[in-house]
Amino acid sequence: MTLVFAGVCSHAPGITGRADLADPQLKEGLYLAFDELRARLEESRPDAIVVVAAEHFANFFMNNMPAFAVGMADHYSGPIEDPDWLKIPKFTAPGNRNLSQRMIQEIMQTVDVAYAEEWLFDHGIAVPLNFLTPKFDLPVIPVNVNCQGPPLAPLHRSWAFGEAIRRAADSVPERIAVVGTGGISHWPATPDSGKINETWDRDFLDRWCRNDRAQLLDYDDLTVYTEAGQGGFEIRTFLAVAAAAKGAPGTVHYYQPIPIFAVGCTTATYDLDPNL
Amino acid sequence: MSLYYVQKFLYELNRNDATQVAYAADPHGTVEQFGLAAGVQNLSSQEQQALTEPDIGLLYHLGVNGQILMHFAAFHGIAWADYLERMREGIRTHGPVREGVYAMTTQVGPATQQGDH
Ligand SMILES: [Fe+2]
Repeated sequence: MTLVFAGVCSHAPGITGRADLADPQLKEGLYLAFDELRARLEESRPDAIVVVAAEHFANFFMNNMPAFAVGMADHYSGPIEDPDWLKIPKFTAPGNRNLSQRMIQEIMQTVDVAYAEEWLFDHGIAVPLNFLTPKFDLPVIPVNVNCQGPPLAPLHRSWAFGEAIRRAADSVPERIAVVGTGGISHWPATPDSGKINETWDRDFLDRWCRNDRAQLLDYDDLTVYTEAGQGGFEIRTFLAVAAAAKGAPGTVHYYQPIPIFAVGCTTATYDLDPNL
Repeated sequence: MSLYYVQKFLYELNRNDATQVAYAADPHGTVEQFGLAAGVQNLSSQEQQALTEPDIGLLYHLGVNGQILMHFAAFHGIAWADYLERMREGIRTHGPVREGVYAMTTQVGPATQQGDH
């Protein structure tokens, strides 16, 4: 059918794993924002959710690192991290191998994606799903953009990938939701963990909402690294969703730097055609 | 020196229950066995030591990505704040991160090309 939902959210492992160390009010605010995002997602009545994630050496490593990968299985499981560390119990999430195949076939018209018939979800997918589909009852199509092991695909390729995802969503009869997950500025798992460049984040989110390709591609990795940390490389997932939304305007529903979660926690959506 | 194989060992340890059992029983043997299997890229004694002690600060200095390192620290029961402190201590003791993605800032300069990381 088409894309019925396009949004983004944070995926930092601290959001669940270190929830007890956070200011309870901040934590509650973020959890409420996730609840609201889930309500919006459910309202769009999706048949499947494409999660454009930036994983962290759970399935993909530098021995064979794809720039872009799409899952193609009927079942996935997670979390790959210690469930006591992430504070998300082990789960199995449904996939849809047939739908994945059809979408991958269309994506491949313009982007040479890798596909994966097994995939253990790390926090990059497990944390968003934990809030957005807490019963793990909506078929997931996991997608990965390499944001960890340089050389990374240039930003304009992430854009092209997002366009391809949209074309693929439009080419299948199912109702497709796309959720991008990642940090904006952050320095995760380093001595600078907790550092957040709020000004940079707000400027980026502003560009994201305007959904202007030129403005969103006007970054280079060295500057991103300097101003937004290596976690900033994950803007690739936000860019893919922007491209998939095809110029629709976006709204930030929640943005709040929460240092113990190591990121400016965010939920945002694009205002797609309401008749869908 | 091989940052790639140090990270590969940790990647496998993080995701493989059997490797975790073997490592818990015999860290030296497990690391040594991995180095041998990796062939010519054998791990240096400093790398082996960092992986067995474990020396979180040294591993960070060597360039191990935090997305791999934080799980290794958690596996050793090191709490979050202590994990961050050990990395800082590693930098104080050994100097700036030697290579890998975190070495990008030390390469920022007029002669540096983007992508040289
Ligand atoms: Fe991440």
